[in-house]
Amino acid sequence: MCLAIPGKIIDIDNSSTLRMATVDFGGICKTICIQYIEAAPGDFILAHAGMAITRLDREEAESTLEDFETLAQQLNPDGHAV
Amino acid sequence: MRYDQSFRDSRYLSTLLQAIRQKSRSPIRIMEVCGGQTHALSQYRIEELLPPTVQMIHGPGCPVCVTPEETLSEAIAIARTPGTILCTFGDMMRVPGNNETLQQIKAEGADIRIVYSPLDSLHTAVENRDKQVVFLAVGFETTAPLYTLLLHEITARHIDNLSLLTSLFTIPAAISFLAQEPDCGIDGLLAAGHVCSISGLQEYERLSEELQIPIAVTGFEPADLLFGIYRVIEEKEQGNCRVVNAYRRAVPHEGNPMARQETARFFVPCESNWRGLGIIPNSGLKLRPQYEQYDARKRFACNPKSQAQPSVCRVGDIMKGKISPCECPLFGNRCTPDNPLGASMVSSEGACAAFFRYRTPLKSPI
Amino acid sequence: MKLPDCPIPSQNHNRIVMAHGGGGRLTGQLIERVFYRAFANQWLEQAHDGATLPPTTSRMAFTTDSFVVTPLFFPGGNIGDLAVNGTVNDLLCCGAKPLYLSAAFILEEGLPIDTLQRVVQSMREAAQKAGVAIVTGDTKVVEHGKCDQMYINTTGIGVLPDYIEIGLHRVAKGDAVIVTGNIGNHGVTILSTRDSLGFESTLQSDTAALTSIVAALLAEIPDVHILRDPTRGGLSSTLNEIAEGAHVTITLDEATLPIDTPVRTACELLGLDPLYVANEGIMLIILPDRYARRALQIVQNDPLGTNSRIIGHVTDDKRPGVVLKLPLGQTRILDMLSGEQLPRIC
Repeated sequence: MCLAIPGKIIDIDNSSTLRMATVDFGGICKTICIQYIEAAPGDFILAHAGMAITRLDREEAESTLEDFETLAQQLNPDGHAV
Repeated sequence: MRYDQSFRDSRYLSTLLQAIRQKSRSPIRIMEVCGGQTHALSQYRIEELLPPTVQMIHGPGCPVCVTPEETLSEAIAIARTPGTILCTFGDMMRVPGNNETLQQIKAEGADIRIVYSPLDSLHTAVENRDKQVVFLAVGFETTAPLYTLLLHEITARHIDNLSLLTSLFTIPAAISFLAQEPDCGIDGLLAAGHVCSISGLQEYERLSEELQIPIAVTGFEPADLLFGIYRVIEEKEQGNCRVVNAYRRAVPHEGNPMARQETARFFVPCESNWRGLGIIPNSGLKLRPQYEQYDARKRFACNPKSQAQPSVCRVGDIMKGKISPCECPLFGNRCTPDNPLGASMVSSEGACAAFFRYRTPLKSPI
Repeated sequence: MKLPDCPIPSQNHNRIVMAHGGGGRLTGQLIERVFYRAFANQWLEQAHDGATLPPTTSRMAFTTDSFVVTPLFFPGGNIGDLAVNGTVNDLLCCGAKPLYLSAAFILEEGLPIDTLQRVVQSMREAAQKAGVAIVTGDTKVVEHGKCDQMYINTTGIGVLPDYIEIGLHRVAKGDAVIVTGNIGNHGVTILSTRDSLGFESTLQSDTAALTSIVAALLAEIPDVHILRDPTRGGLSSTLNEIAEGAHVTITLDEATLPIDTPVRTACELLGLDPLYVANEGIMLIILPDRYARRALQIVQNDPLGTNSRIIGHVTDDKRPGVVLKLPLGQTRILDMLSGEQLPRIC
């Protein structure tokens, strides 16, 4: 459950009662409520049904991909393609 | 950094599959409790790639599937009331309730609007002050905070013609319930990443201890799923029963405290009726008494006739992992996505629909 | 003797009224000022109940389609473009050279005449581009609330030479499947205009008549087995119809499917599958594999076909179905669409 898609905050609007942001999802922009997260323009968030549920952590994403690389090395120490 | 595309890279998928094959020694039954994951497993045909030692069980992971028929009947009754607009997510349109669906009564003239976000219903309510607007508020921990935003706005802006018909579920109690089924035998669990983005890991740490199984918090891209499966197998093989986070970019340990705090402000835990599973204590959320005026059930005195679902539908056993969808006698003949009898055939996240859509073999020669 | 002036002021009609469909003077004015003026051609100017067309010795193709779309105007086109291009493309799918169209309008009372005029102007331009003449038509007006602004039906006639033979019976194992452009743009663009599901993007409907692509293709490679425009139900439903009708398995390679990033993300955001989203300006071409590379070059030479790709093959002639090959070699069945695609959250 809970379809959530990553997008990049372009602009933040603090003028209404809820904090809203314009978020770019790979070429399409939508207004998303960011009331429950700390985020600034340029940050990536996960949007679920019009609300940001979390701010995506770039370092953690990179470190997970590094985990994959490490696994690949352990499995194929000679560097052969998998 | 591509937060989605990078995790679809077939190079990583091959690595993770190889790692799973190497690591998996003894048979393991892993349950996922998220319709999004069931869908992705089917969409990418991941189970085909897993070694025979690994068996996936498709737990109750879709609020559309577990919303009880009574709630659908109430929604239908409300939508039929003159001067009412019912707003809903698209998923709910085809779920049967008392042999009717919202889609059918929309065709009869009921004003039912499909929205992307519950916040869209605010606009509908403001534009239609002379009407009662009701949001069919289904969901798990991830969606519940959206309804707090709605309630926040309703109270702040005095929007008195908008109310919620809630059907909210919380996962941990349901997992405990399922794991205690005699022949369930879950050896590991993939916790739903987006639920954990809100709830954090704490409850799952307790659960892992209680059930003595490893739990991996898992994302939705194919590499995320394989990584979650890999981590569960790794922990299991090492004899660990703890929570590992395989979706670190989206799930901080503490989850989203602000969203949880607001959820607790408006809602209080309650027992909940899960379609196919029955009533499970402490597995749902209802509006706190001081916000009851926004409860559509109070605003509309609807008294739906509840009707037992077709007894042959075995959705409960499917969610408990006792049988696979194709073992249900209705699957694929009387119950299809065109004519769904059980809820898990309706939502494309439902185990039955995902199975039907992606696994039905090609029709044999005529 | 001079009769007293009628006390009802003569109206300067800027909206459609019931009388515009009543067959009287207003109907005449509407036809004269809006339709004749835009579509002017020798057949229409016969001003008769129907057009008398010149004789032809070739086989004819004949098709009809009705167009209903909300909103009437959307990024990249309007109902008028759709109504011309859709029927032209259906004729092209028969392998025919489109020649004549009819255009019938059902108008809602109260529709601004200016709106009608803009639609008609688009139809005129689309017809010119596609090389067809709108030779006859009809207008009816229904009471306010009885239709959604405007519906259009177009019927088309085209001619085709004897050596062209397009049909399900031609589809054979080994045939290649080409798509002439990106998938899903029209349907996603229409969705982007809807209030609650809407979003900002530079996406446009792909509505276009593919006359030049088909003409160039058939001129060099007459041995095309299938031409089909994947409109409603999208690529997947159209291929399923072909597979079912020709009793073959069609296998697509997921990695080759041309999908714009915004279309892909919009679909992910709303929980839709781009393979089931409507298109209005692309075509599926099925032909013997030995012609596939050359056909691709021809299509890619056309401005409307730059994104074309070979997306799969007819892999079996025993079982009907459409199969999608995934990156690690797994395969997944692409089924027919069940009901309409509804946006989902979970």
